[in-house]
Amino acid sequence: MIPLAQFLKRTPLYQTHTDLKARIVPFAGWEMPIQYSGILAETRAVRSRAGLFDVSHMGRLYISGPRDHLLMDWVLTARASDLRQGGARYAMLCNEEGGVIDDTVFYKLGGSGEQHGSDLPGLIPASYYLLVCNAANRQHVLPWLRRWAQEKFPGTSIEDGTEATAMLALQGPSSSAVMDRLCDVAPANIRPFSAIKGNVASKLALISRTGYTGEDGFELIVSAQDAPHVWEALTGEGAVPCGLGARDVLRLEAGLALHGNDIDASTTPLEAGLERFVRLEKEFVGVEALRRQREAGLRRRLVGLAVQGRSIARRGYPIVDAASSPPDAPHRSVGKVTSGTYSPSLDRNIAMGYVLMEFASPGQALQVDIRGNLAEADVVSLPFYSRRRG
Amino acid sequence: MNPTDRKYSREHEWIKVEEGSRGLVGITHFAQDQLGDVVYLDLPRVGTRLRQSAKLGEVESVKAVSDVYSPISGEVVEVNPDVIDHPEVVNEDPYGRGWLLRVEIQDLSELDNLLTAEQYEAYLRETSH
Repeated sequence: MIPLAQFLKRTPLYQTHTDLKARIVPFAGWEMPIQYSGILAETRAVRSRAGLFDVSHMGRLYISGPRDHLLMDWVLTARASDLRQGGARYAMLCNEEGGVIDDTVFYKLGGSGEQHGSDLPGLIPASYYLLVCNAANRQHVLPWLRRWAQEKFPGTSIEDGTEATAMLALQGPSSSAVMDRLCDVAPANIRPFSAIKGNVASKLALISRTGYTGEDGFELIVSAQDAPHVWEALTGEGAVPCGLGARDVLRLEAGLALHGNDIDASTTPLEAGLERFVRLEKEFVGVEALRRQREAGLRRRLVGLAVQGRSIARRGYPIVDAASSPPDAPHRSVGKVTSGTYSPSLDRNIAMGYVLMEFASPGQALQVDIRGNLAEADVVSLPFYSRRRG
Repeated sequence: MNPTDRKYSREHEWIKVEEGSRGLVGITHFAQDQLGDVVYLDLPRVGTRLRQSAKLGEVESVKAVSDVYSPISGEVVEVNPDVIDHPEVVNEDPYGRGWLLRVEIQDLSELDNLLTAEQYEAYLRETSH
């Protein structure tokens, strides 16, 4: 039993996880499954078939009102006001220094031809935005949005729909076949980075063709009470239950940043290599700091590392350049690991970390100090793993 | 559930005495289950002298690195090559193919400091709720 259990929240699928004998751990204030059958087995299941994740702990914030698009444009690095109905986009929220408060996927929903209202008690907007944020950051993002709404965009409504809903991620090459059997919308009609309302196992769901694994997949938002039924229908069609441990391995293999590890309030999107999700010509919180940084040039950059040997290069381990250190002097640290793991898909160890700009080019040979022993680590382009397409 | 043909330490290692004064050393089912997928073992070379309860090496899983302590004093005479090349064997068969070291035992009376399978299982019940 987790001693702090009384202070932790449970998703609508908690009972489902304990019935499956998942290993439950505290995560961002929630009791979450870290694994069921094993992290590596689950990772392999997603890469070869389909895995199912409970991501209900993530924040789901609904933004509406006549100026909702202006608020979204103001707080996000990407443009929101030109997002088509039913579209989804990845972007970051920055503070005034250009540091990343959170990274999110946001959606433009509502509009004609779509059922609405049944999943948003008391709120029936014609069109609205959904912003999905990291579980750990909901407590910062919600007040941040409310502050800017109040200061600059009065009349904008921000509702927290997290606890009334659940979110499931179905990921893997077989996910489309699974959805085909359970969904009344043909998967072919749900394009990547778009969202549509439909029924999954006869339950109303917001279905998006998005994910955090680098595989084809779907994320489903359903009402809290429908979650166990939908989960069981999906696993009944062959989706393998997967926990947060596998989720972390998969996203790292796919070269995707994790807020709290690879990006945080002290790193900018430019340093993290996420400049393609930033519109520097747009006015948004933090843009001036980012423009100045681009002008001055970056001093460090987030890179991928292919690590030799069998010992994992873990978060916090120094990255060194043994070649430029004198033989009798301590190794010159040129950076630090932010995430690292064993990759079963590549059968090797991988890591991400920030290094000084002059060492950030693919092919650069560096080392990671793994508890006193140096392991060779070459800078490589991201992603580490790409799925086969076609 | 834990084999009765061997003795256990509170740090979740086991030792199975073979003929004479040799013993096989490994980690328990509980230990591998807590660790998750083992990806690497840092074990001492043949010839290394071990001391009961002293750290002998590390076992690394996807999620963490854990110290391994020696259940007995003695000298390493063999390291299991199978767990070096295929660390997952430790998860699959911690009491059989997943053995870590073969040791020449220095003092058999040290076995009295260890737990029987029954005592180890009672210890597990006491300490994990």
